[in-house]
Amino acid sequence: MNEKIMLVDLSKCTACRSCQVACKSWNGLPAEITQNRGSFQNPPDLSPTTYTLIRFQELDDKENSMKWLFRNDKCFHCEDAGCMKVCPVPGCITRKPSGAIVLDSTKCIGCKYCYHACPFSIPRFDEASEKMYKCHMCHDRVEEGMIPACAKACPTGAIEFGDKAIMLKKAHARAKVLGGNANVYGDQFVGGTHVVYVLTEKPATYDGLPEKPKVSAAIGLWKDVLKPLSMISILGGIGASFAYYLIKGPKRPKFDEGGDSNEE
Amino acid sequence: MTNHWIDLRNSDCILVMGSNAAANHPISFKWVTKAMEKGATLVSVDPRFTQTSAKADIYAPLRSGTDIAFLSGMIKYILENELYFKEYTAEYTNASFLVNPGFKLPGDNEGVFSGLKGTKTDEGMINAKYDKSTWSFQKNADGTPKKDKTLKDPNCVFQLLKKHVSRYTPEKVSAITGTPVDKLDKIYKVYAATGQSNKAGTIMYAMGWTQHTTGVQNIRTMAIIQLLLGNMGVAGGGVNALRGESNVQGSTDHCLLFHILPGYLKTPKASQPTLKAYNDKYTPKATDPMSANWWGNYPKYSASLMRAHYGMNTSIEEAYTHTPKLDDGVNYSWLNIFDKMYKGNFSGFFAWGMNPACSGANANKVRESMTKLKWMVNVNIFDNETGSFWKGPGMNPKEIDTEVFMLPCAASMEKEGSITNSGRWMQWRYKATNPPGQARPDGDIITALYYKIKELYEEEGGKYPEAITKLTWNYGLKMPNGKIKHFDTHEVAKEINGYFLKDTTVKGKLYKKGTLVPSFAYLQADGSTSSGNWLYCNSYTEKGNMAARRGKSDPSGIGLYANWSWCWPVNRRILYNRASVDKNGAPWAPEKPVIWWTGATKWKGDVPDGGWAPLSAGSSSKYPFIMKPEGHAHIFGPGRADGPFPEHYEPLECPVENNLMSPQLVNPVIKRFDLKDIGSDMDKRASCDPKYPLVCTTYRVSEHWQTGVMTRWQPWLLELQPEMFVEMSRELAKNKGINNGDKVKVRSARGEVVAVAIVTGRFKPFNINGTTVHEVGIPWHYGWRFPNPQKMEMRSANLVTPNIGDPNTMIPETKAFMVDVVKGGTK
Repeated sequence: MNEKIMLVDLSKCTACRSCQVACKSWNGLPAEITQNRGSFQNPPDLSPTTYTLIRFQELDDKENSMKWLFRNDKCFHCEDAGCMKVCPVPGCITRKPSGAIVLDSTKCIGCKYCYHACPFSIPRFDEASEKMYKCHMCHDRVEEGMIPACAKACPTGAIEFGDKAIMLKKAHARAKVLGGNANVYGDQFVGGTHVVYVLTEKPATYDGLPEKPKVSAAIGLWKDVLKPLSMISILGGIGASFAYYLIKGPKRPKFDEGGDSNEE
Repeated sequence: MTNHWIDLRNSDCILVMGSNAAANHPISFKWVTKAMEKGATLVSVDPRFTQTSAKADIYAPLRSGTDIAFLSGMIKYILENELYFKEYTAEYTNASFLVNPGFKLPGDNEGVFSGLKGTKTDEGMINAKYDKSTWSFQKNADGTPKKDKTLKDPNCVFQLLKKHVSRYTPEKVSAITGTPVDKLDKIYKVYAATGQSNKAGTIMYAMGWTQHTTGVQNIRTMAIIQLLLGNMGVAGGGVNALRGESNVQGSTDHCLLFHILPGYLKTPKASQPTLKAYNDKYTPKATDPMSANWWGNYPKYSASLMRAHYGMNTSIEEAYTHTPKLDDGVNYSWLNIFDKMYKGNFSGFFAWGMNPACSGANANKVRESMTKLKWMVNVNIFDNETGSFWKGPGMNPKEIDTEVFMLPCAASMEKEGSITNSGRWMQWRYKATNPPGQARPDGDIITALYYKIKELYEEEGGKYPEAITKLTWNYGLKMPNGKIKHFDTHEVAKEINGYFLKDTTVKGKLYKKGTLVPSFAYLQADGSTSSGNWLYCNSYTEKGNMAARRGKSDPSGIGLYANWSWCWPVNRRILYNRASVDKNGAPWAPEKPVIWWTGATKWKGDVPDGGWAPLSAGSSSKYPFIMKPEGHAHIFGPGRADGPFPEHYEPLECPVENNLMSPQLVNPVIKRFDLKDIGSDMDKRASCDPKYPLVCTTYRVSEHWQTGVMTRWQPWLLELQPEMFVEMSRELAKNKGINNGDKVKVRSARGEVVAVAIVTGRFKPFNINGTTVHEVGIPWHYGWRFPNPQKMEMRSANLVTPNIGDPNTMIPETKAFMVDVVKGGTK
């Protein structure tokens, strides 16, 4: 399978929320009990049972009376995935051929390292099961040749899914046609993400969208430098001891050297 | 729609007004998005900045109830800048017709047209009716209307229109609507540019236009614009109603309204005792041989309908005798039904797939009226505020004698049948699963009722039994006892299409008795054919179930998809398409041709609106607007109850003391339930009243459906939009000390609801002629029955809306009325 990108063109999103419902439907996720807190946005945030969410944001604007931004928020499926890097459980967070980062909640031990490592603060902890949950880019559908549920449901084509090179080309062409502040978000950081936006405003304008997301240097240091180094030193230490044992043998007491200091 | 959904992608300029299509018709936005990708301009005009506005190139605010002022200003702009499509206007519309010199315009007649009789008050005329004799054309000796094709005669429709709209200057319009003058100018300019012969503009409208006391005239104003600009009959044009329900088009086509019979025939009146009298009344006569006058075929359709109902059990004349009649002068629409019910004049009531306790304007009156019933039958998927009205908030079950029956029915995916969309496409649907428990499809429920009622009539006699006992009921395989075993929608669809009832030869070809009629051109007035709905004749033929077709090819290139399902009439996708070509049959827009003449007696493209040669062929041709007696589209429209041209009147409840256009404050011919001896004590009006200083409108959200009877029970949808809210401007909220998320009360002269305040920049205060006027908006999807029935919450928007309607349709004015909003709602 070729590497895929989910292209989310925010200029076409009408906030109908088909994506939210399609995701819940496909994944069999329950609805949350919600309140209207003075916004159409509901549930208020991503959660263990809400893998994708439309975030609403009003902006005053001289030209147009105002702007109303709609952002489809979910896991960005980073190429340089901080969550996968820090996860202590082998096989819990893995990469699929499409590029999707899949968190197998059944293996999760609830350490929450992934949440802290994520530049977008995506994975969500469920108190009851003590496990983390997030979007898995419908890898079960994709592996059967289907597109993710949100992309399938989107009526305007704001969410598209296809081969990486084609989607990136499309993204840049679209940003060019839109002009103004339109830009492509996702191909310049964390190794490139598999969910790429076409934004109509600069990234900093959007609530909760980091301008220059990166996996924390500390994690890099820890995982890429310290961990290997410490592994090397531990293994090196064991190895050196073993080598010494082989070469020098075990330490035996030497009887002709004057023996025990306690001897009379 | 005159056009259809996919055709939106062909438009150069899409005006969304009286609609929030992005939210409420989300799939339409697939096509709007495609049009914009091809360079179309999207314009959103709305009191509130909506999801549609968020995608639009241009947004303009407009006070609810002032659309006619806005659009009349656009007509003035088009005429004065000569941006109208000259040949189209002169040749295809009645712009050139000369009007009776006794006709008076509102500008010369205190805000009303000539011929008005009623009671004069300081708000203008009320309880009035028009004598329309001056709304007529000057005639030639042969009876055809006199015309001035140069459009210069001061009595011609064109010059009268120009004079009429000259009063709607940008400054006046802005003072009425609250729309800034520069926005008016910008929008007028971009829309009027579609007057070029190869450009098309379209209008997407919905209840934001229809639910007013000037609802029909709102749409008339746009129809006039579309005719002036040559946008009718062309790809990417048309007048496009986004219907408010997936099959309401089907329900109106099949006449589930009191005033029409299937195919938009008229319901007979008591003063028309015979079929002949009825046909004579409603069959127009054309004077011009070049007018196709398609309604001249009326007797064929009425006769065929009689046969569909009564078969060969009676003659067609006798069948007509059995057909129920309306009392003359009585209007049996919704508002009148509930007024009569409130006054104790109904013993029984079927609420069939309806929730009037929440959907009826002035819902307190509706709920109260139900307490007077002896019995009610609630046919629905779930229980609702109507079936349980007797245990609703403020009700004392001990004092209510109504016996309520709940008949659970199948949902649309639990039965087979068709749904007709806004674009007139009849799309066949299959059954996906069985209905649960005791739920049955509507057709089976009606069949069971029919057999029982028939049996009672046959045993007990009664008033007027033949209307029921002589009906045919051929909707399935019959058992030995003559009754059908199962209700078969294919049999219904075939009856709707129609049959030859005897061997018939048409144009030299023999059609045997019992075969399906190929199209309405074959229907006869002598009772030898049947058809349950002449418009749908051609939908189920010897070739099969046309509505079930799923062909994906589109040789037209303009998205006609002629082999996908079937549309009326005769699968013609774009209506009035003979207006899309010049007199030689060449398309105005060669890159987006709808039909074109290839010579040799053939049209190519869409099904042409009649196969006659183009106009250059002379007398063998026909004018393009075949449904009008004169064959020309109506810019001057004498058929309406309130005027041949639209005129701005304020909503019944408005924030201003005076109508800036004239001394006539509100539409003079509306039924004034609020006045003594007309309505009831529950019909209150509060206009320009300091107790209710805010304009209120109602609307929908993507996530809920109508009164929420289906969607409030669906957790994924309730999660998205859990409860009733009211949107208001930041300025108003500040004045009232209301914070975003606070619970507040919205109250009108009729009732009160509790809602969560959404304080937003998307509503901004209006400057109405120098005064600040605030507007708020509420969705109408909520009610007490679910999700928290024990709380007995007053959450239904219609508790505050007025039950006053358009004089042509009686649709209530739920889009513009006056309220107040106060802090601190609990229940």
